[in-house]
Amino acid sequence: MDHTPSRLFVPGPSRRTLLRGVGGAAALGAGLPLLSACGSSDTGTDTKTVTLGSNSSDAVPKKAFAEIYAAFTKKSGIKVDVNTKDHNTFQEQINSYLQGTPDDVFTWFAGYRMQFFAGKGLASPIDDVWQKIGGNFPEAMKQLSKGADGKYYFVPLYTYPWAIFYRKSVFQDHGYEVPTTWAQFLALCKRMQKDGLVPIAFGDKDAWPALGTFDQINFRTNGYDFHVELMAGKASWTDAKVRAAFDNWAEILPYSQEGSTGRTWQDAAQSLVSKKAGMYLLGSFVGQQFTNATDLADLDFFPFPEIDPSFGQDTVEAPTDGFMISKSPKNKAGSVKLMEFLGTPEAEEIYLKADPNVVAASTTADTSSYSPIQKKAYAMISGAKNLTQFMDRDSRPDFTSTVMQPALQKFIRDPKGIDSLLSSIERQKKSIFASS
Amino acid sequence: MSAFDSVPVAPGAADAPLPAGTSTPLPSRKPPSGHRRLLTRRDRVALAFMAGLPTFLHVALVWVTALASIVLAFTTWDGIGFDSIKWVGLRNFHELFDNNPQFWPAVQHNVIWFVVLIAIPTPLGLFLAVQLDKNIRFTRVYQTAFFLPVVVSLAVTGFVWQLVYNPDTGLINSLIGANKPGHYIDWIGDPDLNLWAILVAASWRHTGYMMILYLAGLKGVDPSLREASSLDGANEWQTFKNVIFPTLRPTNTIVLVVTIIEALRAFDLVYVFNGGAQGTELLSILVTNNIIGESSRIGYGSAIAVVLLVISLVVIIPYLVSTFRKERRA
Repeated sequence: MDHTPSRLFVPGPSRRTLLRGVGGAAALGAGLPLLSACGSSDTGTDTKTVTLGSNSSDAVPKKAFAEIYAAFTKKSGIKVDVNTKDHNTFQEQINSYLQGTPDDVFTWFAGYRMQFFAGKGLASPIDDVWQKIGGNFPEAMKQLSKGADGKYYFVPLYTYPWAIFYRKSVFQDHGYEVPTTWAQFLALCKRMQKDGLVPIAFGDKDAWPALGTFDQINFRTNGYDFHVELMAGKASWTDAKVRAAFDNWAEILPYSQEGSTGRTWQDAAQSLVSKKAGMYLLGSFVGQQFTNATDLADLDFFPFPEIDPSFGQDTVEAPTDGFMISKSPKNKAGSVKLMEFLGTPEAEEIYLKADPNVVAASTTADTSSYSPIQKKAYAMISGAKNLTQFMDRDSRPDFTSTVMQPALQKFIRDPKGIDSLLSSIERQKKSIFASS
Repeated sequence: MSAFDSVPVAPGAADAPLPAGTSTPLPSRKPPSGHRRLLTRRDRVALAFMAGLPTFLHVALVWVTALASIVLAFTTWDGIGFDSIKWVGLRNFHELFDNNPQFWPAVQHNVIWFVVLIAIPTPLGLFLAVQLDKNIRFTRVYQTAFFLPVVVSLAVTGFVWQLVYNPDTGLINSLIGANKPGHYIDWIGDPDLNLWAILVAASWRHTGYMMILYLAGLKGVDPSLREASSLDGANEWQTFKNVIFPTLRPTNTIVLVVTIIEALRAFDLVYVFNGGAQGTELLSILVTNNIIGESSRIGYGSAIAVVLLVISLVVIIPYLVSTFRKERRA
């Protein structure tokens, strides 16, 4: 296959020229919302305005972002013209959006998903921005913000950890202790079951939560390096190491909430809220389901227990959201200024005031207003040796959505069929990673 | 929050075939001389416009797109720039037939969908139509009640039924006490149950649709036929079986075609219900999952769409051929 690791364009066969014409028409019918990109076009080269495409359609983050932009306008005199789209729609249209007439700056995710568009030439490198803001960020965040070519493309704003969440009062009442090793974890699960609790709440109806469970078990079992290779499509899914990770998962499946493939993560979180379940592995956005302030104060978490002592608990899954500049912004100077502002602790602090479930990506942001759980999340992320994003951000989204999501749902229901499942995953992976 | 690229969107070009009779009208021939004044220049412009625009739209939106997705089925393309379209021959199809664990179940489920729709809601709809045709009291109320599910958007229907089937708080599990550990019935996730659970919802809707079609058919039955048959001493069942049902033949053909189309394009209900998880894979959902999204597999998705198109053609062409033959005879 003429695929290069750096995802550069490779000239295809000569039939391509013929296809080009057909493809143009096809774009209309193949379900591509190319036309929608036209809606975001802006007029003229106004140096006093920067356009920004945003996916934060929920009320709380939307308002928080608006406050950041207002602060920027106040400081620089440059207006930010925000074009907000529904979160899922934004993601689905990102391909055609970036190829059409995108806004100068747009919200996006760190990791493979960012590198993919950087590699396709749909984003501008921003090394100049990082010369100014570099000191605000830890090394791990810098790594997350670079494309495959080593240039910076991304400014992170906030991040949040995946961990095992529990209620302090439940642990106190039953005299449970936070487990740090796999054996302790299994023993705790057994005890909870005896006490009439669902040990591990689980809801995988939307198919992505299981990806997070696999991530944790895999990098604890096989280490960060192997996890990265596996996500990049280099390591084989039929490797005995992968099998070992699934064996570990099979050990805790009997303690996981039944009927998980029909349950949303929100419903699973409710069983933690109502103290029917003892623990729940999820991102810290689980806090959104704790609408009562006293319940929220009762929420705590611990990192996923150690499985292999040589890897310990050195890896933390911390998806990071931030900003990128599109390929040819109309107001380049203004966009750079905006990015520099977004990389300051000031911008992060404005955002965090509104959304208490996340923490700042920068190490220089003021942490004094953090809640105890935010402080803990912050300490865990800044102390991590390695940061991962999430399976669908660390690997090809088409692979994770069309292969891994159904495969993991299948595993959850039928853990015994793991061998044929893994060879099926490997076969499909090869064909997806072979095509560019 | 993490990413999960899913919003119900109708699948791509090779969706359902058009029902018969939508072929574009041709501009009417100029009448023979002597009637020349009948069509002024303005009339002709208007006619050309009225015929030309639909023709253009039809060609652009139906034929070009269908052909484009057939061509794309032999390529790989991530949707970024036409330069990245690469010719791969039959690879997508090999991949689909041999390696995709969801493909054959999806074909199977589409077939089950059709069989169930024909076997249960269709006779039920006919039964309801016959009852309502008897001018019983409140017939309008019943008609509205049964037809309501058809009017409501399928996405809403899916959402409502999802509430009924929710494993923890849903109506069914709460009533029968199956929402406790050890007793769970996972209507939405269990691959042995979920297809049937959705088919109940689909049938619930389809019954109303069939009822309206048959009711319209029954209204067209000549009352003198009934009279004649009762004069001959036939009872109600005999009248229905030997007189009414045979005259419903045109309606039956429409019902068959509509049901086939419904089965092939089944999508929204499942997409909202559980996103086409194991047990409920459908071809239309596979197309969507592969084409929509940021790193799309447009070539591969098109290959699935082509399979769907071929199946539709196999079913529809014999119908069209027989219809046209009949028209010619008439």
